[in-house]
Amino acid sequence: MNDSDIIPHLFKTEYSKMVSVLAKSFGLEYIETAEDIVSETFLLALDSWPYNGVPQNPAAWLYTVAKNKLKNHLSRGNTFNKIASAQLIHKDQFSEINIDFSDKNVSDSQLQMLFAVCHPSISTEAQICLALRILCGLGLNEIADAFLSNKETIHKRLQRAKEKLYSEKIKMEMPDDTQITQRLSTVLQTIYLLFNEGYYSESNNSIVRKEFCVEALNLGYLLLADPLTNNHATNALLSLMCFHASRLDARLSANGTIVLYDDQDRSLWDTAFIEKGFYYLQQSSKWEITSSYYIEASVAYWHTVDNSNPNKWPSILKLYDILLLTNNSPVVALNRVWAFSKVHGNVSAIEEAQKLDLRTNHFYFILLAALYKPTDVSKTIEYLTRALRFSKTETEKEMIRQQISKLNQ
Amino acid sequence: MKEYILLFRHENVTGKVSPEQIQQWMKQQMEWVNSIAAKNKFVSGTGLLFDDAKVVDHKKLVTNGPFGDIKETLGGFIIVKATSANEAAEFAKGAPILQGEGNTVEVRQIVTH
Repeated sequence: MNDSDIIPHLFKTEYSKMVSVLAKSFGLEYIETAEDIVSETFLLALDSWPYNGVPQNPAAWLYTVAKNKLKNHLSRGNTFNKIASAQLIHKDQFSEINIDFSDKNVSDSQLQMLFAVCHPSISTEAQICLALRILCGLGLNEIADAFLSNKETIHKRLQRAKEKLYSEKIKMEMPDDTQITQRLSTVLQTIYLLFNEGYYSESNNSIVRKEFCVEALNLGYLLLADPLTNNHATNALLSLMCFHASRLDARLSANGTIVLYDDQDRSLWDTAFIEKGFYYLQQSSKWEITSSYYIEASVAYWHTVDNSNPNKWPSILKLYDILLLTNNSPVVALNRVWAFSKVHGNVSAIEEAQKLDLRTNHFYFILLAALYKPTDVSKTIEYLTRALRFSKTETEKEMIRQQISKLNQ
Repeated sequence: MKEYILLFRHENVTGKVSPEQIQQWMKQQMEWVNSIAAKNKFVSGTGLLFDDAKVVDHKKLVTNGPFGDIKETLGGFIIVKATSANEAAEFAKGAPILQGEGNTVEVRQIVTH
């Protein structure tokens, strides 16, 4: 009896690898066949390993079984058979199925799958779903949980996304040199959205939330491993995500509400992630270009620095000034005013804020409330009440209500 | 010491289960089997594949799958050593498949001589 433990997340990791390799071998249009073969392989392991022990090399065991499962599929004589047989079986060695599970082909296939899934013709929402299912090996329940949706909705969304893969005839291949920058930027954007989906998720299940962030980081590492995609923007995004990830534990209270930056217990910040964030920030500065990921990562870096450092807020303000030139969004503008208040004081910051006049944005009122808080309690409550009217989620509403009740005490 | 077979009857599991869920089941099943093996009471066991299952009736008619109208089916078994059916039933109580409502473990003595 071999009592060795199974490698944590082995099946989840292998799911992505095996589905990618199989789909690359016989085409994305048979992705569901690939998924079935891999699931059947895992169920066979479930029928064997508990009684016979975990094999010495679990991945190799899974690959061998998957090849045999594929043979069974081929012998069933459907359309898949006709098309796949021609591609996979050498005519001179009829029984030899040619599936390459070498490390190189596994990582190449995963990278190509990432580019296929993040194809511009697929909606962003569907890209994230596909990435979570195919490349992160998450189940429908887990995806539905994080999106506060149900299994059926997620299933339909995945089906539509897969149909798009077929109808657009998307191939498993790396984009050519002329397209790589553009395509990579879509991939990075999807990864960042996936990360934010976890970071800002309203789901009560904090494990699921963290998992999304970890999966986004893993997809980032996949890009770093290939010289073609290891560039300034990829490193900058990794840096940004690592800095954010370092605060994952600190920004959630025991009862699941959000803890604001100023109120966070700094001992809960994950220093390993901060160090990684700093490392990737340095890596990305090797390229003599800049990007919004780089500036945002630099802001995130300064946020890890203690408030007593006199350079902190002036540096953050300068970075927001730059960011505003390329990304004039309400979020950036509001964050800039916050940094402005730290450098020039609340009175002039209130003037800056009022110039923005974002009358339906609850963050605008939360910011004004924060700026009035040290001097004018009634104005603070007034703005918080207005923020409450425009806030969209229950978590936010709860947070605002708590602030109001504290002030009324 | 007598030998008992513990037969798992549960719902058919299809491929729509997440990889992490399968790994979770695997871990639980291994822990249970290992806890029996640690007492030196585990003899053998296996899961039973649903793929290509056949049923042959008294007219020698072969049909696919034992499922028909019954959702519940035989999914596997282990054989344990025990001094009594009660001791074997105690082992069965730890079976992870019993977390599923409607699932059962049947305990039957094996004739050894």
